[in-house]
Amino acid sequence: MSYFRAENLSLHFGGLKAVDAVSFAVEKGEILSIIGPNGAGKSSIFNLISRIYPPTSGRIFFEEQDITEQPAYDIAKLGIARTFQNIELFENATVLSNLLVGRHRHSTTQLWQELLFLPSVRATEKVHRRRVEQVIEFLDLEPYRDKLISGLPYGVRKVIELARALCSEPKLILLDEPSSGLNVEETDDMSFWIRDMRSDLGITVLMVEHDMTLVNRVSDRVIALNYGRVLAMGSPAEVQQHPDVVAAYLGA
Amino acid sequence: MRFLFKTDYEDDIKLFPHSGYVFSYGLLLAVLLIAPYVLSSYLMSQLVFVCIYAIVGVGLLILTGFTGQASLGHAAFLAIGAYTAAYLQQFNVPFPVYFLTAGLLTGVVGALVGFPALRLQGIYLVIATISFAFIVEEILARWESVTHGNEGMRVKTLYFLGTAVPRDGPTFYYLCLAVLVLTIVGSLNLLRSPTGRAFVAIRDSETAARSMGINVSLYKVKSFAISAAITGLAGVLFAHKLSFISPEMFTLQLSIEFIIVILIGGAFSLHGAVLGAIFLVMIDPFLTYLKDDMPGVIAGLAATLGAGTERAAHIQDAVAAFASANGLKGAIYGIIIVLFVLFEPLGLYGRWLKIKLFFQVFPLYKRATFKRQKIYVKSERNR
Repeated sequence: MSYFRAENLSLHFGGLKAVDAVSFAVEKGEILSIIGPNGAGKSSIFNLISRIYPPTSGRIFFEEQDITEQPAYDIAKLGIARTFQNIELFENATVLSNLLVGRHRHSTTQLWQELLFLPSVRATEKVHRRRVEQVIEFLDLEPYRDKLISGLPYGVRKVIELARALCSEPKLILLDEPSSGLNVEETDDMSFWIRDMRSDLGITVLMVEHDMTLVNRVSDRVIALNYGRVLAMGSPAEVQQHPDVVAAYLGA
Repeated sequence: MRFLFKTDYEDDIKLFPHSGYVFSYGLLLAVLLIAPYVLSSYLMSQLVFVCIYAIVGVGLLILTGFTGQASLGHAAFLAIGAYTAAYLQQFNVPFPVYFLTAGLLTGVVGALVGFPALRLQGIYLVIATISFAFIVEEILARWESVTHGNEGMRVKTLYFLGTAVPRDGPTFYYLCLAVLVLTIVGSLNLLRSPTGRAFVAIRDSETAARSMGINVSLYKVKSFAISAAITGLAGVLFAHKLSFISPEMFTLQLSIEFIIVILIGGAFSLHGAVLGAIFLVMIDPFLTYLKDDMPGVIAGLAATLGAGTERAAHIQDAVAAFASANGLKGAIYGIIIVLFVLFEPLGLYGRWLKIKLFFQVFPLYKRATFKRQKIYVKSERNR
């Protein structure tokens, strides 16, 4: 059985079928990209997985466990982290505290221990801090540790969001347009990081992306969507040559 | 300018980043400790109120400043703390017991208020908390077997470890100061732990908080409970300081005063609670001055400018009438809030940071350093 699986997933807003009976599976250690024109339902699939919306029908499985009914905060605890298309960072906090929030699923301390800041809290805080530092090093964020998010440029924020997701030490990461708004050089970095995440950190990647260069460079498989339906699934080259995909992008 | 070289993860965790902080806060504490031997009894009394308001300010900051949940109902939490103390005192319950009971009870009530508040945001939450405050006020006035209704309750002298602590003595001031310091230290500890970071995360983006594994509802309730409990503790001190409590003391105006405390102090740092409390408590002497001395001063000024005795007396009466007009205090509060929101949204503490930075980087200070950025790409739809 597959590592992560969506079965007949649907999301309807009234008569609008944003996601319509989509089924796909992700194997462990795979990089799977979802492509499609605007409004194809790509981000909606992510929002279904991370339970921002409840699905109209269909089921989601992760490591053989049905996670369709889990509350949103449990999804992260299971090891599924995500980034957002429009960046959802904690604006009025420093980079460090943003990344430390990513460690939340690993926090074990109780409220009363925190009020007294007992040695046990101090010790776990240091462990969190060390983990965060590893991610900072991985993504070259050293110059920004103590900066407020609200003062940082878009490209850096994009990386910090990735860093925050990595800080939770996920098994599966959902990247919502990791390269949008980045320049060519930054997109290059992003493609290296995505591959390193898989090879060095052993993270399975599910990604929504428009930049076909990036998609071709990193993906093992690609799913093309349009109007909430799967058009094609396969290797990047196969999907790009598929007649339905060509029609969806260029018009019939 | 000082450069901090961090060599250990401890450096990011500790409360005082460098020795300068230890020195200045130590000095401040020393000054506060010798204050009763230097200041007049009136100023000491004001200082006690500063402590009490600052404790409430810290509580409200945790909820409003750090978790982003507005509340105009904190007078009710203060009332619950105060009445718990007054009620338990009748049965000769010792101070430490009813002090902690008041905090605990208020915390539980706070959590109960937190549950319906989970579904409300912004202005709707404000309305809900106002309604809660009205309900509590009404209960206090009607539940006569416990609260003595509108007659109010007398609060007996505080006994701590067998000795009397009169409400205008230095020991009571030290007690309030100790509670304030402990509250601040506890809150700082909380803010550098996972719970505090979860609060800030909820304030800035609930969606992201949720997808990072934060149980948003649970932490909102926690925030309400902690905030209420701190306010309840302040309520006990408040009751002892006034030695008499009645429902009409805990009105909407008091809740607004608490909002003023954090708004004027600066709602992003615990410093704000203390600065705001000082500011608010010192408005009262200013109003007294306005009432007692201002008419005479203006009349004298008019007389020297050649207005004639009769006209000067007329002016004096007019100014006196204005200064003692009903609702002047509320009007002044209103003006102050509007002015601060318009011209100094970061409050007194923000102003202090600007002044400090100005001298630290002199002559390279840029006014734009503290300018708030507008973020245009933010997916509000995912709330």
